[in-house]
Amino acid sequence: MKNLPRLLMVVAALGLLSLFIFPMWRITLLAPQYPDGVTMYIYINKLGGESSGTLQNVNILNHYVGMKKIDPDAIPELSYFPYIVIGLVVLGLGAAWSNNPRLFLAWGVLMVLVSMVGLYDFYLWEYDYGHNLSDTAPIKIEGQSYQPPLIGSAKILNFIAVSMPHTSGWLAGICILLSFVAAWVSFKKKKNESTEKYKLDTVPNLVD
Amino acid sequence: MKNHRILFNLALLLTSGLIFLSGCGDPSGSSGGSAGLLADNAASQVYVPPGEYDEFYGFFSGGFSGQLSVYGLPSGRLFKVIPVFSLDGEKGYGFNEETKPLLNTSHGFVPWDDAHHPELSQTGGTTDGRWIFINGNNTPRVARIDLTTFETAEIIEIPNSGGNHSSPFTTENSEYVVAGTRFGVPYPQKDVAINSYAENFRAMQTFISVDPENGEMDIAFQVLLPAFDFDLSHSGKGKSHGWTFFTSYNTENKHSLLEVAASQNDKDFIAAINWKKAEEYIKEGKFHEVPANYAHNVYNEKTHTATSTMKDKVKVLIPSECPGLVYFLPTPKSPHGVDVDPSGEYIVGNGKLSADLTVHSFSKMLKAIENKAFDAEIEGIPVLKFEEVVAGVVKEPGLGPLHTEFDGKGNAYTTFFISSEIVKWKLGTWEVVDRVPCYYSVGHLMIPGGDSKTPEGKYMVALNKITKDRYLPTGPEVCHSAQLYDISGEKMKLLLDFPTIGEPHYAQGIPADRIQSKSKKFYPIEENEHPYRAMGEKDARVERSGNIVHVYMTTIRSHFAPDNIEGIKVGDKVYFHVTNLEQDYDVPHGFAVMGANNAELLVMPGQTETFLWEPKKEGVFPFYCTDFCSALHQEMQGYIRVSNQNSNIALKWGLGEDETIQ
Repeated sequence: MKNLPRLLMVVAALGLLSLFIFPMWRITLLAPQYPDGVTMYIYINKLGGESSGTLQNVNILNHYVGMKKIDPDAIPELSYFPYIVIGLVVLGLGAAWSNNPRLFLAWGVLMVLVSMVGLYDFYLWEYDYGHNLSDTAPIKIEGQSYQPPLIGSAKILNFIAVSMPHTSGWLAGICILLSFVAAWVSFKKKKNESTEKYKLDTVPNLVD
Repeated sequence: MKNHRILFNLALLLTSGLIFLSGCGDPSGSSGGSAGLLADNAASQVYVPPGEYDEFYGFFSGGFSGQLSVYGLPSGRLFKVIPVFSLDGEKGYGFNEETKPLLNTSHGFVPWDDAHHPELSQTGGTTDGRWIFINGNNTPRVARIDLTTFETAEIIEIPNSGGNHSSPFTTENSEYVVAGTRFGVPYPQKDVAINSYAENFRAMQTFISVDPENGEMDIAFQVLLPAFDFDLSHSGKGKSHGWTFFTSYNTENKHSLLEVAASQNDKDFIAAINWKKAEEYIKEGKFHEVPANYAHNVYNEKTHTATSTMKDKVKVLIPSECPGLVYFLPTPKSPHGVDVDPSGEYIVGNGKLSADLTVHSFSKMLKAIENKAFDAEIEGIPVLKFEEVVAGVVKEPGLGPLHTEFDGKGNAYTTFFISSEIVKWKLGTWEVVDRVPCYYSVGHLMIPGGDSKTPEGKYMVALNKITKDRYLPTGPEVCHSAQLYDISGEKMKLLLDFPTIGEPHYAQGIPADRIQSKSKKFYPIEENEHPYRAMGEKDARVERSGNIVHVYMTTIRSHFAPDNIEGIKVGDKVYFHVTNLEQDYDVPHGFAVMGANNAELLVMPGQTETFLWEPKKEGVFPFYCTDFCSALHQEMQGYIRVSNQNSNIALKWGLGEDETIQ
């Protein structure tokens, strides 16, 4: 169990790779004509859906109210975010190698900051899609925006939009927690070790 | 939902109470009257609440409509009419360029047929929900419908046949579906005097092999029999797997006034064909390869197009050269249906002019063959001694027995056309257990799996030929009908009565879960291999070569691309190749042009369909989407400009005022 904090840190760093496998976020649109909903998945490097046609279907729905076409090629984050994630994995592994709890903590804090920036960026995109509407939209409703919620659900015209973290989003959250746990366990251990050392230094006489 | 049930039951209770009080109730609950239905709570047995699913799919043939309709059971709700042998303007079937080849035959394009017997494919004697086959009676053909798309996938023409009625009944693993001929025809087909019938006419029984992987049909071999009228058939199962039984009438060999002339013999025959033996003879090369001319039409789901291939040979086995291939079982009198019970032991010969119902025993038949218990021989085919093969007789069950199905619990159910009823009787003891009236003149009956090894003995459907006073009148022509009975108990109970499309000649039923989850939602566009597809709006264009114009058009909610076309001339042949770019469930687009001499297109998501338009006059003609696709469906429209033959207006196309298609 001596290596537990280090191990946790390795798991936390490598766990981020799940972002390349599973979606991190999902947005589901529900309406009477869509009993199963239209579900769009957001990955670190691409947009996907329940079926190969999902993105097209979302765009078809959006075009009635003049929303911009969601085009993955027009979202630069999808091409550079993967590098940031790889950088974070490397940093995390570096922290694990150093076995320094301060670096564990620093990595966790960095992760929180990056996540917040990512969420803010996501919010900006949502705001842009929801507000930046075409002048020639077939359906125009004064004062209506179509921005989906960041987290949770909201009613937008005839749709209920539900936005929630998905598998790798949750896993990334767990990775952050793991780095904090690693830091905490490691700090505690160091503290115990120093107390122990102190005891060993001072107490032997009493034992004799 | 639960509250609704309670309310509903309460309402029923009140109603039956009122009927009782008013003194005209029918406490015995007889199955005919409405009071009886209410008292028995029949309505709730067939009530499938809105949004919920039926327990069974029912596939009902359309008879002379040439189509196959899909119903839910027990509700009797109609889901789809699948075009098979007849043109269907609604779906463009037989009108669009892609499906025209499906209706090709050696007689050319035959746009109608009389479709009698749907038959589900089987694995191990149980319906597997992969395909359903159906016969075309008039111009002998067998079709295969794919049950992932519910579309006709293949049609094969049957050579040397006339009146393909005893068809397309399957073997236990759909090794074969069969096609017997009801009308003897000259063999080979030639110009002869009709009264040379006995000499020149023959009746060919056809075994069509089915590819276990893709279902593709091929005529494996034909068996040459005397020119009796082979009426119906069923293959053996379990112990009798390897045999197929065909009923016959007109063993008198007559060719005129058959209603009298073909009703003289006390006994006609059930022909038992040992198809495993036939396979051996084929392997040994004991067949005659004879010239033939028949069409084999296959629809390709990737190119969304059917192709028709003419074939020119068929293998024929002649019983006199192949001992042990065919035996005749004498059966009173002009037997119609021949039905094999789930165990494979009993072969019911429904002698339609007989007072009794004859049941043969398969094991007795084998013994009789072994002991050479023959009465005679006809063209090399031994006639077995009647008393050596008969297992039992159901005494005076009714008048005009036609068909029998089974419930898997030891009971058989036989329809009686003349006495208009279904009679339930016990296999082995031959005693009649129950009888119910049908409204009116029942032909076939159907129990889901009732002609397989594993019947679902819960519901039974009677398929009635006439309805007279049963529904609101609709002029001289009134609907045919189906009636649903509960057969889960000792007594049969009428639950529901509903009109059908065309003549519901025969039907098949199958638990919904064997099909439901495999049903396709759309065609992936990336798999589209249609030669004239347009994979996106960037591919949309118009091309001319001589007077042939190809329009590569796309549809997506809610516009066509292109939607304005100019430079078309009178006398052009304009092919609209419409690709539906949608990739969502239940978003077909339709396409119709003013003055078209064919029909509309109804294009499923991911599919390409082609429509030929030949403009005859100058002007500007609108086209539009016919299937209400979206909130802006009415806006889904366009124009095509037609100029004088000698005009020099350039070919031009576009979409949107400021945009041109890139």
